[in-house]
Parts: sequence; C-alpha cells; structure tokens
Amino acid sequence: MATSTVPGPGAPATLVGKAAFEVDDRLIVAGPVRRTLNKVFPDHWSFLLGEIALYSFIMLLLSGTYLTFFYDASMKEIVYEGSYSALRGIEMSAAYESTLDISFDVRGGLFIRQMHHWAALLFVASIVVHLLRIFFTGAYRRPRETNWFIGVGLLVLAMLEGFAGYTLPDDLLSGTGLRIFSAVFLSIPVIGTWVYFTVFGGDFPGELIIGRLYILHVLIIPAVLLALIALHLLILVKQKHTQFPGAGRTEHNVVGNRLFPTFAAKATGLLFIVFGVLAALGGLVQINPIWQMGPYNPSQVSAGSQPDWYIGFVDGGSRIMPPWEIDLWGYHIPPVLWGALGIPGIMFSLLAFYPIIERKLTGDTASHHLLQRPRDVPVRTSLGAMAITAYLVLFISGGNDVVADKFDISLNAMTWAGRIGFLILPPIVYWATYRLCLGLEQHDREVLEHGIETGVIRRLPSGEFIEVHQPLGPVDEHGHGMLAYGGASVPKKMNQVGGARRAIRGFFKPIEEPAAVQREAEQEARGLESEQARRQLTGSGRPSEGGRPSEGGRPSEGGKPQQEPRA
Amino acid sequence: MSTPTASSVAPAEGRRRGLRRLLPEDGTPAAAARDRRRSKQRRRLANVAGLMAALVLTGVGYSALAPGASAADDSTGNPSNAVEAGRELYTRSCITCHGSNLQGVTDRGPSLIGAGEAAVYFQVHTGRMPLVRQEAQAAERPPIFSEEEIDQLMAYVQENGGGPTLPSGDLRDGDLAEGGELFRLNCAQCHNFTGQGGALSSGKRAPSLAEANDLTIYAAMLHGPENMPVFGDNQLSPDEKRSIIDYVQTMKASADPGGYGAGRVGPVAEGLVIWVAAVGALLFGIFWMGTKA
Repeated sequence: MATSTVPGPGAPATLVGKAAFEVDDRLIVAGPVRRTLNKVFPDHWSFLLGEIALYSFIMLLLSGTYLTFFYDASMKEIVYEGSYSALRGIEMSAAYESTLDISFDVRGGLFIRQMHHWAALLFVASIVVHLLRIFFTGAYRRPRETNWFIGVGLLVLAMLEGFAGYTLPDDLLSGTGLRIFSAVFLSIPVIGTWVYFTVFGGDFPGELIIGRLYILHVLIIPAVLLALIALHLLILVKQKHTQFPGAGRTEHNVVGNRLFPTFAAKATGLLFIVFGVLAALGGLVQINPIWQMGPYNPSQVSAGSQPDWYIGFVDGGSRIMPPWEIDLWGYHIPPVLWGALGIPGIMFSLLAFYPIIERKLTGDTASHHLLQRPRDVPVRTSLGAMAITAYLVLFISGGNDVVADKFDISLNAMTWAGRIGFLILPPIVYWATYRLCLGLEQHDREVLEHGIETGVIRRLPSGEFIEVHQPLGPVDEHGHGMLAYGGASVPKKMNQVGGARRAIRGFFKPIEEPAAVQREAEQEARGLESEQARRQLTGSGRPSEGGRPSEGGRPSEGGKPQQEPRA
Repeated sequence: MSTPTASSVAPAEGRRRGLRRLLPEDGTPAAAARDRRRSKQRRRLANVAGLMAALVLTGVGYSALAPGASAADDSTGNPSNAVEAGRELYTRSCITCHGSNLQGVTDRGPSLIGAGEAAVYFQVHTGRMPLVRQEAQAAERPPIFSEEEIDQLMAYVQENGGGPTLPSGDLRDGDLAEGGELFRLNCAQCHNFTGQGGALSSGKRAPSLAEANDLTIYAAMLHGPENMPVFGDNQLSPDEKRSIIDYVQTMKASADPGGYGAGRVGPVAEGLVIWVAAVGALLFGIFWMGTKA
C-alpha cells in the first residue's frame, strides 16, 4: 500500500510532468512523440524556402476565413449606396458591393483583404523559389519523384486558386481577366464551346460564374491543397530531408538539428517573420484597389489590365504569339490557344516529368540523399537557367505595355523583343551557364590540386618569385593535393580554413570585442599569426580543429550537429 | 451647347438660306419656265453686282487693315491687337510646320483651320508645341510661351481658323459617380483606370493625367490631340465633360486608403513589390536565421 504512493526514482515531480505522465498513461504516446521530437533536420538556409510557402498558406486560410464572413458571392445587380462616394448610385453586382464594404465599412476589412492578397502572391512566389532550389540541387531524384510531382501539382493548383480569388471581387480588372479566360476556353478546337458553356452556364458573364468560382476558391481547391500539402510533408518526414555533402555527411545519415528544440524554434521564428512581412505589406502597401477600377461591365476595359504576377507569363505568351490563324481539318485554331494553353501546357508537362526525363537520359536510377551543387551538373543547371530565361521573357512580355509606357519604349518594339528574345536568349543563356559551371568546377579542382592562393610571395635563392599555395590536405611527391572532390564547397580563401581568427559574432553589429577575439585566438594558439613561427606554409596545412570549411562563409556552428541514421 | 462654334456655323447656315431662296416658289410648268427665264437674268445681274461688291469690299478691307498693322504697337488690350501679337508669335514659332495661312505643311504639321483656341491652349500650354522634333508623338514639357502669349496665339488661330472655343465656369461642376462611369467607358481603355496613361502602338502613348489641369482635360476632349478621338459636345455633353473632370481630379487628389499606392498601375507594380520587397526580405530573414544556427 505504502509503496504505491511513494514516487519512484524517475517519476515526474513537476505539475507539467505529472500531467504528461497521466496523458501518457492513458494514450501511450511517449514513444512516438519522443521519436518525432528527436527527428533530425539538416540545416541550411535554403531548406526554409518551402516553409515560407507553408506559412503563407496558413495566413491565407486565416485571413480568407475572415473575409468569408462578409463576402457575398452573388452577381445580383444592385445600386451602391455605401460609404465610397465616387461609386454611389452606380449599378454593380452584390459581389463587388460586398468587397467594397469589406474595404470601407468592415472593421479591419481592408487590412485583412490586402494581407490575404499579398499572402497569395507570396504563396506562389515562395513555391517557385522553393521549386528552383529543389531543381538546381537535384533534390527531386529517386526516391523523391513523388514529392516533386505533388509539388508541381501544388504550384498549378495555387495558380488556379489565385486566379479564382482574383476574380471574386467582380471589379473591372478581374472581369477583364475572366473575359480573357472565357476566350481561352472558346479557343479550344472541337470542345471549346461546350467547355465554355459548361463553366459559365450561359452567355458571358452570366449569373453563375462568381458563385461557382467562390466554391472552387473557398472549398474545393483549398481542401485539395491542404491534403496535398499534408501528403507532401508526410512523405518528406518519411523519406527524411536531403542534405548537402560535407564533413561527416553521407548517403546513410542525416546531420542537423533535432525537431525539438532547435528546429521548432527556428520554424516558429520563421512563421512570425512571414506573418510580420505579410502584415506589414497588408497595412502599408495598397493592393488591388477595386474602388479605383469600378464594377465589371463588359463594355468597359482599361489600359494596363494585367493578371497577378503568376498568370503574367500566360498573358505574355498570348501577347507575343504572332497572329497566325491555322485551319486544320476544318477546325479553326486561333493564336490565343498557343499562348494561353500551349505554352503553359508544355511548360508544366516538362516540369512535372523532368525527373523521369533526366533518369532516362542519364541512366541514373540510384537513390540519392546527398544534394548536388548546381555547378557539378552543368547540363541540368543550364537547362534550368534556360527555362528561367524563357519564363522571364514571357513574364516581362505580360506587362510589356506598362514597361513600354514607363520606359518610353515602343510597344511594337517590346513585342518584337519578346518574340526574338523568347527564341534567341534561352540558348545563349544555356551556353553561358554551361561555361560558367565548367569554369567553377575547374577552379574547385585547381584549388584541390594546388592549394589556396595565400597571397604570400616568396623569393627563391635563384631569384625566382613564387606565390605560396596552401594545400588543403596531404600532398604527393610533386606537391599536388591528394584530396578528391566530394561534392562539398571547396574553401578558396585562407580565412575559411582558419587562416585568420574566427569571424566576430553579430549579424547587424558586432556583439563582442574584436580585441577579445584576437586574445582568444592567441591563447588557443591557432590562426595564421600565432602558428606562422612553427609551421611551414608549404608543408602540411591541414585545417586545425574548429576550422572546418564552412558553407557559404557562415561562421561555423557552435555546438556539435546531431546525427541520425537514414532508415 | 452654349460654347460651340458660332463663327464656323454661321456662314454655312447663311449659304443654306440663300439656296432656299433660289428655289421656285410654285410648282406649275409654266411658272417654272417663267421663273427659269427670270432667274437667268437675275443671275447675270447678281454676278455683276457680286463682282462689284467684292472689289469694293477688298478695297475697303485693305484700307482698314493696312493702317491697323502699323498701329499695333501702341494700343494693348484690344482684341485685334492680341490677334496681331499672336500673328507675330505664329510667324516666329509655328509657321514652319503649320504654313502661312494655317493650312499646314505636308509631312510637317497639320492644318489648324478649324482647330480653334482649345487646341492651341492644350498644345502650347502643355509644352507639346512648339514641337521639339518630329517623332511618334509630341512630348509633354514645360510651356515655352507665357500665359499672355498663349492667349495671343489662341486669339490669332481662333480669328483665322475658327474652331472649338474654351469653356468658362467651374469645370468640376458635375456628378462624381457618373463621371467615373463615363471615364471607365470613354477614357480608361487608353488612360488606365486611374489615369496613369498607357502605351499605344509604335511609340505612341496616352499620357498620364497626373499633370493635367481642368482646362487641359476639357480642351483635349474638345479637339482630340494626337491619337485621342474628339469628344464633341454631341458625344459627351458639357455637363458630362465636367463630371469626368470632377472624377479625374477627385481621384488624383484622394489618398490611397490601403497604404502606398505603388504608382497605381496595378498587378505589375504589385508583382514587383512581392518579388523585390517580400521575397527579398524573407530571403534575407532565412539567411540571417541560417547564421544563427
């Protein structure tokens, strides 16, 4: 009896501990939770890009929910009698009227609306940047093709979701976009008219489309996005994150920080940075001022009607497409089809199937967990640069009237520059990137073979001057380095291998005394000055302990990184 | 309809009245033949009389104008003196391209007959004329001429070419919301929702309305400068024009409730903001976090 009330040696003593014990006693979750909290995530700044997209999505869900309280997805014609005087007495749809009310009469409505729109732009932008990181480091290779495929799907869905949201206010700008969308439907041969009538349910704009887009925007697409994001993350956790090659990092381990506390702290910090940036934009920079644009009226259109940036390349493709009207087997194919459906179709197909294409071309079917530096795969890097160039040409062409107007260029010249640039620039960029990669690779090999240039000039007894090189490892009888290239970044400056004292801490301003750091370096008897006396520079210059080559010039990590095996 | 072009309309109506008088008054064939004979004689008489009258008028007109030209210097404020001073300015700065009789010069400048003072006000007041060089479109500049000189040029062109005249009164005396609707219907397709202007073909452009004053906008609608269509009083009534001006100027003066307006050009500027400001700030943020490992 008495023994059961006396706590054992490992029993919880604190209130939280006791509560956790009670929970675990009933649910038996300690094992899985411990495993999860102890999960190791590799540490690199570029691995946080996808998280920006995730946090933008959370912001979209939160702000979007608030907006649904006040938005009325109806195309019923009403006369505006609200507080914005420049539109009072004008006929408009209930959707537009309710968006005006959100902007002018709902408390915090304009701020939330703007934050929602900025979050949408950031969501797609961060997906694109994340995708580029995955592409250029080869993170999509086996076994991660599934996640790549899901990622491309997320990008396309995010664009559709954004377009639906852009249309909901039913203002003159978004209505113009919807009109273009309807024209794209109509341009599809054979089934175009049927598709159009299925979607719009009548003549343009009809009375249904806003309600349909609303359900698509607030229910169907977000649900699919949410499910795919969950799947994306589950697969990521199951397969474990990739890592850059480096000291102690192999195909069979994961080196980094545990989920708790380091990674969780970082992720939470980034969440608040993203929220902060979005709140600042939502409060300080105006976006989509629908009251300036007026309600949608098919008889009106404005100069400079553009879609949001992520649809811009589609617009650009339609703008630079020559006016070729093609008749095939009695069916008419208008030029808008190529620009608006052909180019994005080809682009996203190539993107989605790129892992399979690369596997076929290279014959590399092995599993990879170590990332590649872009320079080490010149063909892929150059293809990527080429695709980005083509995309940018389309993207800029999407706003070519604004560019022409602001920079005093002829619009016709802009159009032709887009047409010629789309064909000429990508191959040039391919070639230039390829040469750049080879040059960088060559320089890495050169440093590995001959060592780092120290800048120390020595005069030999014969009178000859030579520059002293610092080998990175043991050398053979000719003085050539014997280290092989392992895919990690090669230090090219002496202070990256401990040639100088360590960097003074502090990001914005120094948080320690430079003199103290100097003293510390002398005490530890490391660094160039203190060791010069007893070390031949041409001899073995193995980087001393703690002088591990750092990534991208970052100060080396303080604590020892955690490690776990790859299952 | 109070402002229009009385001087250009009057002679046309007079001519029409004259024609009506020449028509036979009753319909029988005999009467018609008699009329024809009598009208033949009358026409012969009229021709002689007309010729004499023209000669006399020319003589009188010449004697009236010739001394006026020599006396232009001493009396100012007289409208005809303004016309004279306008002629001086015209001869100095405009004649090369618009010709000695406002008739225009091929490949250099259009005829100013019928352009009216509204056109002169718009072109000279916005510094578009005198033209710096022949290009796709005249650029907006600070005006070369003073207000007084512009008035003199206007008087000269109005006197000799005729055409639409400038309005008077409060040019913003209109309905704001109706002005907005008319602006979106008639103006936005070139000048943009917010009057930022936009590109047209081959280097031509619809200018931004940021610098435009009430009278400039009104004058532009009246005479349709460069590529702009004419919005005559039967397309947009003077009241509608005033509503549009009210809308444009009210929108320009109103602050952006959402914060920094980014030039009010819409999604292109917004895309720039998200990529440069937001993505830039966040890349900086994650790089900073990377150094804090």
